[in-house]
Amino acid sequence: MAHFDENAKPFSHKWMNERLAVDTLKRVLSTEYWIPKNINFLWAMGMVLAATFGILLISGIFLLMYYQPNVNLAFDSVNYTIMSEVGYGWLWRHIHGVGASIVFLIIYIHMFTGIYYGSYKRGRELIWLSGMLLFVLFSAEAFSGYMLPWGQMSYWAGMVITNLFSGGGLHADFLVEWIRGDYVPGQAFLNRFFMLHVLLVPLAIIGVIVLHFGTLRIPHVNNQDGEEFDFEEAAEQYKAGNVKESKVIPFNPVFLSKDVFVMGIYFILFFYLVFYHFEFAMDPVNFDPANGLKTPTHIYPEWYFLWSYEILRPFSTNIGLIAFAIAQVIFFTLPFLDRSPNVAPASRRGLFKYWFWALLIDMIVLTFMGKLPPQGIWSTVGLVAALTFMALWIALPIITAKEKKL
Amino acid sequence: MKELKIFGIVAVFTLILYWGVEPFAHSQMHKHVEGDNLQYSDLKPVAAKGDAAKGEALAAACVGCHSIKVKNMPAPMDAVASAQAYGVNPPDLSLAGAMLDEKFFAHFLLNPAEVTKSKHFAMPPSAGSEQDAADIVAYFKSIAPKEATAKEGYEFACGRCHANRYDKWTQIGDVPKTKSNIKTGVDLAALDFKKNLGVYQNKLADYMGKLPPDLSIIIRARSEHFLHTFIEDPQSQLPGTAMPRVGLNKEGMEKVFTYLEETGDPSAPKRKAVGPWVLAFFFIFTFLAYGWKKAMWKGHH
Amino acid sequence: MAKNTKGRRDFMGMALGGFTALGGIGALYAMKRTWDPLPSVKAAGFTTIDLKDAQDNVLVTEKWRGKPIFVLKQSKEMMAKATDVDKKRLIAINGAHYMVCVGLCTHLGCIPGYNPEDKSFLCACHGGTYDDTGMVTKAPPPRGLDIPPFRIDGTKLVLGETGPEYEKMLADGTTLPV
Repeated sequence: MAHFDENAKPFSHKWMNERLAVDTLKRVLSTEYWIPKNINFLWAMGMVLAATFGILLISGIFLLMYYQPNVNLAFDSVNYTIMSEVGYGWLWRHIHGVGASIVFLIIYIHMFTGIYYGSYKRGRELIWLSGMLLFVLFSAEAFSGYMLPWGQMSYWAGMVITNLFSGGGLHADFLVEWIRGDYVPGQAFLNRFFMLHVLLVPLAIIGVIVLHFGTLRIPHVNNQDGEEFDFEEAAEQYKAGNVKESKVIPFNPVFLSKDVFVMGIYFILFFYLVFYHFEFAMDPVNFDPANGLKTPTHIYPEWYFLWSYEILRPFSTNIGLIAFAIAQVIFFTLPFLDRSPNVAPASRRGLFKYWFWALLIDMIVLTFMGKLPPQGIWSTVGLVAALTFMALWIALPIITAKEKKL
Repeated sequence: MKELKIFGIVAVFTLILYWGVEPFAHSQMHKHVEGDNLQYSDLKPVAAKGDAAKGEALAAACVGCHSIKVKNMPAPMDAVASAQAYGVNPPDLSLAGAMLDEKFFAHFLLNPAEVTKSKHFAMPPSAGSEQDAADIVAYFKSIAPKEATAKEGYEFACGRCHANRYDKWTQIGDVPKTKSNIKTGVDLAALDFKKNLGVYQNKLADYMGKLPPDLSIIIRARSEHFLHTFIEDPQSQLPGTAMPRVGLNKEGMEKVFTYLEETGDPSAPKRKAVGPWVLAFFFIFTFLAYGWKKAMWKGHH
Repeated sequence: MAKNTKGRRDFMGMALGGFTALGGIGALYAMKRTWDPLPSVKAAGFTTIDLKDAQDNVLVTEKWRGKPIFVLKQSKEMMAKATDVDKKRLIAINGAHYMVCVGLCTHLGCIPGYNPEDKSFLCACHGGTYDDTGMVTKAPPPRGLDIPPFRIDGTKLVLGETGPEYEKMLADGTTLPV
């Protein structure tokens, strides 16, 4: 039995401490959670993502109040009721739409930062894996959310993506029908994807965010040089007042002050997009109501899915599906395919440097090709880029095994 | 400095990505149709000078099918009966002189089917000579009210084929406000209206080949350039479409666009009002955050 | 660490915090507006009732703002019994008198039932009763049935608009604003 001071005033500092250990919590989670000093603004992307997720959650709550998950009402509940009747409904919707798109830009920056600085190695494997799990969950969240306005893009994306589960030559049509609850995307489909979008997937995301933070606590955040040092020692030094010499800073308030500044710049960009340039996040095709008897001339996923979509496209059904499946999971294997013990920026890692930039550029090329009509030269470029993607991942263990130890 | 360099690299890749998936991809997806700037250059200029007074006499024949509300001349039939007779309700002509291109209008009176590029256009040729046509045009220009609402413009140019449900507009007019009957508990007037609309839409779909789409939110579903060139010459964007060339002039086009923006993008004025405040807030926020960061990091390097 | 640096640090932190709170208030305003009833709901707050066909002592229930509205035309005998206070509650049109009330018990909002025999309303939820002019005759209801805002237009009544007759009722305390 813990000791409780009978004289402590309710809700006083002491009273709270005895019941919730607020001082310890504050120390462990913020003032003595140590972050390396040798970092740049890319280290703020985690907090930027957390903030964006928060914004998506809040705007989503307000959209939820007037959205109707019904195939006959969904389109107008979004485009008429929310956009013109609900006070500031248009603001929530544009924030939600732009946020859903921009969150992936930040996720990709966050991911490629991790790849560049080798932040998935030496005790940080679980950070990487939980992060990739978050990527998958965000993809599911984005896809299910895209169904909800029930426009042409929603319907046909729902049709195409659920058809992937037939497994091509396996003809697992029963699985597709099970996922849809119907022969085509219909009421059952809309209702269950609505549930996934507003309940199950967000719950899972919140859980995995907590896990992701947890995986950071022991290995600590990486730094710009991949330098390995004794955090305890550096922390003692900091607490003794040698803040200049110490290699660490406390999360709160020193690291946070920089995060907040970076967030400020990010929000300027974000709200500029919300008010003046939201079209990129709201495809015109989705402003035509869903029509199961007419496929739009051009259908394409949102930009963040394009690279993996393009890996599917140039091949015949079965090979395409296998390539697509590999593309979905290959990033999970990064900590194990990278055979080099070096934790350092890619620029100091010999061939890996070229591998990094080749991967980045190849994925951008795939992204471009994923949106262009699959005709003529674009098909060829797409095929080459898809093969390059595969080749890069086959080459990774070989080039990293040969890497010189730094 | 190093951070700025890193930021530069991130920004450049982001911009390349944006360029590829937005402007570049869209330029490759849609065939580019060069507009004609509402010149209707396939039509010969009309040499004849119009005389409004002579036109008035000739226009008396128009009221056989059309109404001219500014002159208090009603149509002989209501919208539903007209649709049963012609397939579509002929427009009220009050705004014809203000909305239509003068040259187009004159040629249209001489040969409606050819000028609208619509094979089975219901209106017969209605002017015997270029002079007659010019006179009629001059008359309609003289009677057109200076101030007409965007909705009236839409009603004249599009509204008899295209509904706009976000503005409660149907092809036979605004959805009336009715109320359930005290004895039956049923809104009989609303049922009646629905029945009439059904008859009209049936005839219209027969006449056009299918029911023309509702235009509530078309302004966000198609680019402005597409809509502009499509209205100017439907065949240029959708060869074979049943939609006739309407022959709008610049003011007419503006009216239609204003209306489509009001119904399809009603938040535009609100965005304009709120946007600067939110951005100003985050500029100051960032400035203060920078000050805080500066203070916090003092002595750390 | 010198004292004045600490002071500056605290000041900057508080300035940022205060300014962020200001933004938070702005966001709260937008959220509050999102909770407001829609314009289409507010615009639908008008109902026209034609009283021409009403029959003596036959209760008609109409709908206004989603609430039931009781209309009861008073017969001669009912009028004979009516006190001056009762009469204040009735709407006179062309010599006929009508009770027009929101048909929700002023206690906790159930719909009272009308018994034409003894000309009274009984609310089954908690046993409150009203007479044929909507005056409360047995607790728990704190007051008579509320009268909705109305304007007389010929033999019609426009509910949701305020006419001089309704203003008078408000002024002399016959009903509370709904």
